[in-house]
Amino acid sequence: MESDPTKKKAIFRISNLSKIYRTGEVSVRALNDVTLDMTEGDMTVLLGPSGSGKSTFLNIVGGLDRATSGQVFFKDRELTACTERQLTKYRRDHVGFVFQFYNLIPSLTARENVHLVTEIAKNPMSAEDALELVGLQNRADHFPAQLSGGEQQRVAIARAIAKQPEVLLCDEPTGALDSKTGVLVLEALARVNESLGTTTALITHNAGIQNIAHRVISFIDGRISDDHRNETRIAPSEVVW
Amino acid sequence: MLHVLDKKLLRDLLRIWAQSLAVAMVMACGVATIILAVGASRSLEETRSAFYDRYRFGSVFASVVRAPDHLESRIKAIPGVSAAELRVVEPVILDITGMAEPASGLLVSVPDNRQAEVNRLYIRTGRLPSANQGNEVAVIETFANAHGFRPGDRFNVIMNGRKRALTIVGIVLSPEFIYAIGPGDMVPDPKRFGVFYMSESVLSSVFDMENSFNDLSLSTLRGSDTRAIMESVDALLDNYGAAGAYDRPDQISNAFLDSELNQLAAMAKIIPPIFLLVSAFLVNMILSRLVALEREHVGLFKALGYSNFAIGAHYAKLVILIALVGLVIGSGAGWWLGRGLTRLYANFFSFPFLIFTKSLDLYAIAGSVAVVSSLAGAAKSIWSISNLPPAIAMRPPAPEIYRSFFGRRLRWASWVSQLTIMSLRQLIRRPVRSGLTTLGTSMSVALLVTALFSFDSIDYMIDVIFFQSDRQDASLTFASDTSSSAIFDVAALPGVIRTEPFRATQVKLRNEHREVKMSLLALSAGSQLSRILDEDLKPMEPPPNGLVISELVAAKLKLRPGDMVEIELTSKGRRIDYAPVVGIAQSYVGLTAYASLPFLNSLMRDGSKISGARIAIDQNALGDLYANVKNTPAIAGIALQDISRQKFRDTIEENIITMTTVYVSLAVIITFGVIYNSARIQLSERARELASLRVFGFTTAEVSKVLLIELSVIVLAAQPLGWLLGYLFSLSVVKGFSSDLFRIPFVINAPTFAWASLVVLSSALASALIVRRRVDRLNLIRVLKTRE
Repeated sequence: MESDPTKKKAIFRISNLSKIYRTGEVSVRALNDVTLDMTEGDMTVLLGPSGSGKSTFLNIVGGLDRATSGQVFFKDRELTACTERQLTKYRRDHVGFVFQFYNLIPSLTARENVHLVTEIAKNPMSAEDALELVGLQNRADHFPAQLSGGEQQRVAIARAIAKQPEVLLCDEPTGALDSKTGVLVLEALARVNESLGTTTALITHNAGIQNIAHRVISFIDGRISDDHRNETRIAPSEVVW
Repeated sequence: MLHVLDKKLLRDLLRIWAQSLAVAMVMACGVATIILAVGASRSLEETRSAFYDRYRFGSVFASVVRAPDHLESRIKAIPGVSAAELRVVEPVILDITGMAEPASGLLVSVPDNRQAEVNRLYIRTGRLPSANQGNEVAVIETFANAHGFRPGDRFNVIMNGRKRALTIVGIVLSPEFIYAIGPGDMVPDPKRFGVFYMSESVLSSVFDMENSFNDLSLSTLRGSDTRAIMESVDALLDNYGAAGAYDRPDQISNAFLDSELNQLAAMAKIIPPIFLLVSAFLVNMILSRLVALEREHVGLFKALGYSNFAIGAHYAKLVILIALVGLVIGSGAGWWLGRGLTRLYANFFSFPFLIFTKSLDLYAIAGSVAVVSSLAGAAKSIWSISNLPPAIAMRPPAPEIYRSFFGRRLRWASWVSQLTIMSLRQLIRRPVRSGLTTLGTSMSVALLVTALFSFDSIDYMIDVIFFQSDRQDASLTFASDTSSSAIFDVAALPGVIRTEPFRATQVKLRNEHREVKMSLLALSAGSQLSRILDEDLKPMEPPPNGLVISELVAAKLKLRPGDMVEIELTSKGRRIDYAPVVGIAQSYVGLTAYASLPFLNSLMRDGSKISGARIAIDQNALGDLYANVKNTPAIAGIALQDISRQKFRDTIEENIITMTTVYVSLAVIITFGVIYNSARIQLSERARELASLRVFGFTTAEVSKVLLIELSVIVLAAQPLGWLLGYLFSLSVVKGFSSDLFRIPFVINAPTFAWASLVVLSSALASALIVRRRVDRLNLIRVLKTRE
């Protein structure tokens, strides 16, 4: 179960990353000189209080936001030097996203939400396989409004992994869910990481979740306050909520 | 101190200024067209009635061949008659230096040494001709302007066979000739037709009409029965070759004004409601979205203690403010356009002065209509938000339920992308809104079809009239009906290639209690220049026995081929005869009936006579012919077909260009209002979805597709609907236009539909692209962090 970082390559190389938000006369330093590498195939949990910079970090790594200074490399490509068009292509080809509020398209069924991504992906798995991986093969033709919160989030995961991305970025995927449903979602994420080897980064407020990860990075005030690898990992069902 | 809610209101309005302005513009079009149509028609009506009153325009008119002046006392004694003017009126041919073709005119006598009792003249400059100077003339203003004539200028007139040089002493306007149209013309051509006033004693002596008259105008007392007066006049004049008395509705200048006023009334009925309906719908669309976005704020206001009424009033005020902006813009535009239109009328119709009515009530009415229609559009949203319990308001709305198109079994074929499915499901989920947006867009198409079709109809009409029916180069009219041998004199004129005689006489046709007055036109067998066309536009021979009547006459008299019709020969002492109806003809101008020459001559019982001839001319000998016509006393009038057609086309084209510009602007405003608002609202409702798509790696072009597909479906569906509505509107315009004087054939060619669609598609595309730019600016991160 444990992966050895020494044998695997870094998928992200991040150096001196800073992000300053300016609104009117106020400027907020959301990220402050962050430097780290992320290893291929790792499941990393990003911990930290609100405003600590973890979401900003995830957004920049995911190509949704731009850094103020510093560099981010995805493999050999410098994301911080990419144009808007190149970032779109990067997201399309390499990244899967899962969000707190699912962001499903209400006018598409579960299967169609997955198709949305498989239609434009280079090497997708079938929508049915993706839904099976999250245990929703029987709910494929339901619209989001007909699914529970946990089911919706699992559809979102199926949609994110269906293109077989190299990176899966999850921003508070269990934040809107109760513990029982949250476990199902974490199990789905762990299964994907395990079986497809997808590098996964997961933001959470819930410190209990950190023990399912290979690596845990904590943020405070835009800086990394702690970065360690778990000696032993627990199964999602063992997470104390 | 501004109320807090009012501050919010103003800020909301500023925030959605572009959408509000788009709605206000559509509303402004509604207001402007009300003010334009009603205002211009009021101004025209007031101006006309002031001119009529001040210059004593007659109520009953009659003409005779020649009647003695001593009838005057008996005419004045007819109950209801307040004044009578006995005149000499003669058609003449003019010879104007520098103008090859002969112009024609009407010489009208004015009483010596006194003001006329009826049809007084407005003197623009100079004075009326005096009785002592035989060559003095006052000319109608349109003619003087067309030739640049001033008092003191001279021109030649052929009067009773002799060319006379007349000196202009005055320039005048007459209530009788507000719309002065020459023989054979379809629109006024002031260069080739004028009205000229000379002293009664001079005219009488030149035309051998001493102690006689051939024209009568009567004023009547208010409330008198003009029908009875006309009958008494006819009875008095029966033995003097009367053409039959007629009243104002049949007076040509007045009738043209009536038909213009009818058109304005038709415009006021059709166009403003379109704009007001569309703006009501747009208000509905914008407000329902605003209310959906502000649902939680409303919950908060209510929790703080604001009443349902205060909340309802808040949104009602917003709508009223938008309507007021529309009212201000529309009033300004309507006032400006209305003055322009009234001035245009002043050029077309000849008035001595213009009265612009200050119709404050009109602005009030237009304003109320705009406010009421927008409140009607807002009613549902205001009602639902006012009555929403605060606890429910503060919770997000229930998720939206979508449906599969054909149940769940059917999976979409791979050629339909998920983006397309998203668009189509959205359309289906809001069928009412999709339907209304389609209807709104189709209104622009319909408006354009209605504006542009007249081109097709007029083209068709010109083809039928000038190239199929009246194909002569010119039509000569004799001073009076003449022996048919006169046709040989006509044939002997230089340059005349072919001649065809005709005879025309005034008749009343009757069937039971139904009656119409018209001219009966008799043609010789084998006529090629002037042809009678059946309803399918196939030429017919003039019937040897019986009449062919035009479609409209048949409809008015409820006659079919085979029926007998009663003919009253006005100029033959109202003698009654009967004839079978043997066919129905197509005719777009006037009321007409046709017969063969021998048949009419047999009815008239005065020998073999003709009233004139249609001729084909060798264009090379035109100069000689004109010179001859100017010097032939027997020829009282000449109608030149080519020049008439050209003038008609020019006038119509000028009007159509103006009209098309206005209608295209209106259609662009509607399309922009509907599509821009629709796209903005879609974008607002789907910002989150679209941002999600961007996050998944869809390009802005792909994401925009979701919006554009939905709009395309709406805009494309609007086309056939717009064509259909345009067809129906045009049909109602044709019906509205239709009068005894003039009918427009109903013809719409395919390119008209295509042009209408092209304009709407382009403006829809432009407005969609403006909104599309906003897709580039979607904030990906913010929408993902919030729950909708």
